[in-house]
Amino acid sequence: MKRVEGLSKLTGRELYVDDLPVDGFLWGATVRSPAARGRIRGIRFDDSVDWSEFTVVDHRDIPGTNAIFLIEEDQPVLAHGRVRHLHEPVLLLAHPRREELRRAVEAVHVDVDAEPPVLDFRLTPDRERIQYGDDNVLKRLRIEKGEVERALAQAPHVIEGVYETGAQEHVYLETQGMLAWEEDGVITIAGSMQCPYYIVEAFEHALGRTPDRIRIIQAATGGGFGGKEEFPSGIALHAALLALKAGRPVKLIYDRSEDLAVTTKRHPSRVRHRTGVDGDGKLLGQDIEVVLDGGAYVTLSPVVLSRSIIHAAGPYACDHVRIDGRAMFTNSPPFGAFRGFGAPQSLFACERHMDRIAAELGIDPVEIRKINLIRDGDSTATGQVIADGADRVQVLDRALDLADYYERRTAHAGFNAAEPTRRRGIGLATFFHGAGFTGSGELFLDSEVHVAGLPDGRIEVRTANVEMGQGTLTVFTSLVCDRLGVPAEAVTIAPADTSLVPNSGPTVASRTVMVVGGLLEKASDDLRTRTGLPADADGRAIREAIREWHRSHPGEPLIGKAKYEQPEHIHWDDETYRGDAYGAYAWGAYVADVEVDLRTFAVSVRDFVAVQEVGRVLHETLARGQIQGGVVQALGWALLEECKWRDGAMENAQLTNYVIPTAGDVPPIRVEFLESPYPHGARGAKGIGELPFDGVAPAVANAVAGATGTDPASVPLTPETVMDLILRQRPPAGSLT
Amino acid sequence: MSGDGVEIRLTLNGEQVAARVGEHDRLLDLLRYGLRRTGTKEGCGEGECGACTVLLDGVPVNSCLVPAWQARGRSVETVEAVPEEELAALLESGATQCGACTPGVVMTAWWVRRNRELVDTHSLRELMAGNLCRCTGYDGIIDGLAAWLASTASGEPGGPG
Repeated sequence: MKRVEGLSKLTGRELYVDDLPVDGFLWGATVRSPAARGRIRGIRFDDSVDWSEFTVVDHRDIPGTNAIFLIEEDQPVLAHGRVRHLHEPVLLLAHPRREELRRAVEAVHVDVDAEPPVLDFRLTPDRERIQYGDDNVLKRLRIEKGEVERALAQAPHVIEGVYETGAQEHVYLETQGMLAWEEDGVITIAGSMQCPYYIVEAFEHALGRTPDRIRIIQAATGGGFGGKEEFPSGIALHAALLALKAGRPVKLIYDRSEDLAVTTKRHPSRVRHRTGVDGDGKLLGQDIEVVLDGGAYVTLSPVVLSRSIIHAAGPYACDHVRIDGRAMFTNSPPFGAFRGFGAPQSLFACERHMDRIAAELGIDPVEIRKINLIRDGDSTATGQVIADGADRVQVLDRALDLADYYERRTAHAGFNAAEPTRRRGIGLATFFHGAGFTGSGELFLDSEVHVAGLPDGRIEVRTANVEMGQGTLTVFTSLVCDRLGVPAEAVTIAPADTSLVPNSGPTVASRTVMVVGGLLEKASDDLRTRTGLPADADGRAIREAIREWHRSHPGEPLIGKAKYEQPEHIHWDDETYRGDAYGAYAWGAYVADVEVDLRTFAVSVRDFVAVQEVGRVLHETLARGQIQGGVVQALGWALLEECKWRDGAMENAQLTNYVIPTAGDVPPIRVEFLESPYPHGARGAKGIGELPFDGVAPAVANAVAGATGTDPASVPLTPETVMDLILRQRPPAGSLT
Repeated sequence: MSGDGVEIRLTLNGEQVAARVGEHDRLLDLLRYGLRRTGTKEGCGEGECGACTVLLDGVPVNSCLVPAWQARGRSVETVEAVPEEELAALLESGATQCGACTPGVVMTAWWVRRNRELVDTHSLRELMAGNLCRCTGYDGIIDGLAAWLASTASGEPGGPG
């Protein structure tokens, strides 16, 4: 099946929020904090502007609670009294003309009495910088398995390492944007988003409205990657507050600079490993500490931390593991959801550390992984017994094969000996990614989907899960077609409009196909059952039965429904962090072949092989596109993308100096799937959207280590970082040694 | 769009159009907000991402970097001008995911398709390096363009103007 909305996108007909036709609207804009932390002394409006032409909104215009509802309610919709990060929204303006608005934003002055901010999450804050609890720790979590101290005390070798990763901006090509208007007492939003019902909840709290007076419509969304998970709730509230006060539609669209400077980013991390191993490299004990920079509000950091620590020990069997996690408050714009959700950070550390262990013990990096990779019957750090029939060693072997790993390693040794100015290396990473919400999360979501039979015999799929490029519309269509035996023309997907679709949960966590797709299969069965037909009825009979049902039930809706039920094999304890963290894991082995230029210190990727076991592949082109896109986005994180900070916020907020990969910067990404169907996923599928992000940075860093004989401990490996690594290992200039 | 400004005439997708443009309007603003051709997207507003690529007298430009008045008397082609049947190869290969970069990608690819000699001196990856895409990792785009070029007989392809 071809991508359902593909032609609409290729011809430019697809309507994103800024493309929606709307008459008589105002443009909205945001006035922001000029300081990282402080008390708001006052707000001054220049006389040079005729303010009577403007709609002006501040915290006093918020009818409900001044908080963006999420895990906690600490983040205000608009700052009141104090600011906690640079660029924090303070005031909103609207005007019919964009140019006037830009001038007006410059004519509002937020005066702040500055207070000392926390700008480095790695340092223990002094007293005057404590702003959350009594230690600035937003969340603390621990996983414990066996007796790690005893295991380390008895281990023949204990190897340590500290690893760091930087922030990363999503750079969805469509910036954040919302259009708001009120219609018959219903506040309505059309915009770019992943989670329409998150916005409904945010509106209930901040606008003090019942859900029947809130309607959230997803417009075509130009990329999300997590960046449009929680962040859109705030901008949607801003647009709504302006529209309610102005009594006119308001369009609030960030330009790229604003988007880069103020929106969420991947959490920076620092991960410490202390690992006990025997002489063969068998893991005896893993003591791991994961620290994330959460930014100025709690937002999603507790759950990002959760996923980060659950993945921190890697896809390895080890009897004694302790993982301590902390998410720290800092005076930065909050860090947020981003593809992988904490796992890429901790897996970078884990996989870089595996190579360090191998190097210190003189073991082959392939062999140390092979002896430790989980076999069916082994358990993860949380004590989850893996028995999914996937062969993780086979995944690795296939990747090595496809990459000609051993041949290239030999060839590179020869190349490096002969070449004066270039060095080649090949590196690998083995990893895993749990799909769906963690632990009992899916149970709390209580997702519901509908598959409706329409009077003309067509079938309409109703979910709140959105298309943002990953192929939701296509896969949902194909799942329902297959289940009911009907042609694609007979199936339409309802717009993700909360007045039309039930809450099937957010479009996050690689859950859409595996979890929601599985519900669609059940709802399709339910629809067929409601028409009175048996399981073996063919599509033609089902469509006729739908039409017949409507003839005998005029005016009534015919809706097949399904609600999430936890598969019986999943047992999780939130208190002890023990049990089945995820229903299923996808497994990967990636190999990167790089060349380092010793004159420019630039790293170029010569070849990249991505082999993964993802359950059943439902759509080859879409699945491959997810892997290739994820790999290249992660290559950006590994090599190019560096946020430069000033007062806790991104200073290089332009695509001119925040550089993401172009077609010319990356090689073809060679993808292969191994399939071991997951019985509880749609047609055997496991989640794949986030998996490809996890294995890239460590494979690249391991390749750079091999090429240069250095021991990189952080990403991005920009030329400056690589230069430091290489020059540091040389004897100082003038040395006689 | 500013209320004042100057009236210009241009050829848009083969059609003569008149429009009033302000001195600060970009060609991108004229197309999207003045002439309601919203197929062309703004990605960065600083000429880095290529989402707003259009053909100006047959040559790709970032329409966010071209003052609208510079289009006076010239030919502008946007994604709306590319015949649907030309897009089969890109659809098949997975060249579009979220679609925000897609109109720009299509215009650069359309230019390559109409100027095949470019591939004698440039790789497809070089030719497409001015269009940032965050979804596909570029393989879908490059494979689609290669298939598009292969699927059309050598010689002059059709096209407006």
